[in-house]
Amino acid sequence: MTAGTTGDAFLSAWKALEASGAFAGPPWLRDRRREAIARFTARGLPTSRDEEWKYTSLAPITAAGLDAAADGGGDEPAEEALAPEVLSGPWPRLVFVDGRYSPKLSAIGPLPRGARIESMAGALITDPDMLRPHLHDSGAGEDGFDALNAAFWRDGALLQVPTGAVMAEPVHLLFVTTGATRRVEHPRSLVVVGAGSRVTLIESHVALGGNAPGLTNATVDIDLGEGAVLERYTVQRASGGAFEIGRTRVRQARGSGFRSCAVTFDGRLVRNETEVRLGGETASCALEGLFVIGGRQHVDTRTVVDHAAPRATSRQLYKGILDGRARGVFNGRVIVRPGAVGTDAHQTNKNLLLSDEVEVDSKPQLEIFADDVKCSHGAADGQVAEDGIFYLRSRGLDETSARALLTLGFANEVLGRIDIGPLRARLEAFLASRLNGGRVAAEPEPAGKDTA
Amino acid sequence: MSDMLTIQGLWAGVPGKDILKGIDLEVRAGEVHAVMGPNGSGKSTLAQVLAGHPAFTVTRGAITYLGRDLLAMPPEERAREGLFLAFQYPVELPGVANAQFLKAAVNEIRAHRGLEELDAMEFLDLLKDKLALVDMDFGFMSRPVNEGFSGGEKKRNEILQMALLEPRLAILDETDSGLDIDALKVVAGGINQLRRPDNAIVLVTHYQRMLNYVTPDRVHVLAGGRIVRSGERDLAQTLEARGYDWLEADGAAPAEVSE
Repeated sequence: MTAGTTGDAFLSAWKALEASGAFAGPPWLRDRRREAIARFTARGLPTSRDEEWKYTSLAPITAAGLDAAADGGGDEPAEEALAPEVLSGPWPRLVFVDGRYSPKLSAIGPLPRGARIESMAGALITDPDMLRPHLHDSGAGEDGFDALNAAFWRDGALLQVPTGAVMAEPVHLLFVTTGATRRVEHPRSLVVVGAGSRVTLIESHVALGGNAPGLTNATVDIDLGEGAVLERYTVQRASGGAFEIGRTRVRQARGSGFRSCAVTFDGRLVRNETEVRLGGETASCALEGLFVIGGRQHVDTRTVVDHAAPRATSRQLYKGILDGRARGVFNGRVIVRPGAVGTDAHQTNKNLLLSDEVEVDSKPQLEIFADDVKCSHGAADGQVAEDGIFYLRSRGLDETSARALLTLGFANEVLGRIDIGPLRARLEAFLASRLNGGRVAAEPEPAGKDTA
Repeated sequence: MSDMLTIQGLWAGVPGKDILKGIDLEVRAGEVHAVMGPNGSGKSTLAQVLAGHPAFTVTRGAITYLGRDLLAMPPEERAREGLFLAFQYPVELPGVANAQFLKAAVNEIRAHRGLEELDAMEFLDLLKDKLALVDMDFGFMSRPVNEGFSGGEKKRNEILQMALLEPRLAILDETDSGLDIDALKVVAGGINQLRRPDNAIVLVTHYQRMLNYVTPDRVHVLAGGRIVRSGERDLAQTLEARGYDWLEADGAAPAEVSE
């Protein structure tokens, strides 16, 4: 078996898993996996020659000595070790350890009638055909990582809420990496919200224990029925050696609302892709994101908002704080299809540069094929405002405190919009520890290569 | 010591341009001074230099504040020692809640005075008192500092800060400009509250209407970077009646100081 993370390594790893019967599921899914690995074979991993990957090099991943064929992760952490990551005891919680569902650490509790929260691995056994219409693996607009997820996925979270139901409490998905092995995983999650239902989802990615580098290549498919409302928060606190490549693909029906807020603190290389198809009239989405990075961290945010129906609204606010030699990429594409009259789309990207050695590439793309639309975008990169610093100093704060307060303020424009108390408090605490004296510290380097 | 502030032969400006060209001014505890003058006379520069704005460089002269060399003190130390500038254009601080900002400032200054930090509840009580003084709604406290505030709201917010920080020397830079009459009365009320025998106020203003509500002990007229006239309150009324032109005509004459 070929170790490593080259295209060939993934291919032979897939063949070995397939031959061993590791991929559960009905024939239609086996067919999809075969089609996906065929597409991957044709396409390969992205390179900087791909327009969508122009500013993000995969070299650190290739150099990390990961094993595409690694199967299985580290031991489950003790409940006490996990406790600080649990936001609120009574909230339904699904825990995944190195990509695998942990029934022992999860707590689902009572749910509205007809609602399901379970692992995708479980659903593949009990009710695989339910998944079929909701998995968006058509291959359109796909890159090599999408195809790998479609070919390899084995577990993840399933949340299905029937028509007219309200989940009173947020559902917490907790993805834990143990850092015990140089693993590669491809989790797949699915969220289906029925017409008129409301759900709030919190997704935390945390590292417990070891510091070995690892790659997570995650896909989340989301289907929102008419008038459904989903709020989704993602918190990225992987280890300093983690590579996190993730995509969320959202389909929205008429009058539905999707709000997402992605906060990234940790990880060596993080790529967050969000694709929203506003497929029904008056659907709306609000996409927000914040990253706070230092050292040699790299965060790449890519959004595609597809206005495919009239009078839909989209709002995007992405902010980054960069220190050290960190690098940020923002690629925001808005498409207004023919007939999508009355579209209202706005996009903002702002970055705060705390060192001379950081770099940001921001690329908005507006593709408008309809009349009578409102589309705008704004981008700004800069330092902490000097007039603000003087104002604060004239009120008795020293320069360091003034810079720290203004930098927190920059971040609070995103965090301040979160109205889930325990989550916001947790994020503010992380932010305060990450932004010590108004600077972002470099993260510890991952453990050296295994000698075994 | 009754001398609060002594400015001697002060020259200051931005690179390549002198703005203040030999200012002499003495302010004693318990006094209110009005500094008036036409646009471009250097009034705001004087206020900013006193607060330590880094954009301005002092090239000659000296400033003594409470017996110390003010120019040797960084802006935050001036603030902690009781010097307060109400900004002509208060700065917006995106994402920084007003209450968070005010609490940070109050506690910095309390720490400097050897007082314990106020906790959230104590600060809230203090804040409620001072908000009533400037007729501000509590809703402003959760909003980002000055962001989206009207001109009048920004000025009230400055006076609120002044009331919370209890300065020894308050410099108000055109705090009256852009205010309607009701807001002007509120702001003037806030200033008069601060007026005590152990502190002093310098009002920088273009118009004399503020002086109808806050009676100055001394009035100075700044023109071309120098004080060209000093006098009593009636000097402000003369300026109101005659404008600044008559002063500029003989602006080269030595300042007439009536002791």
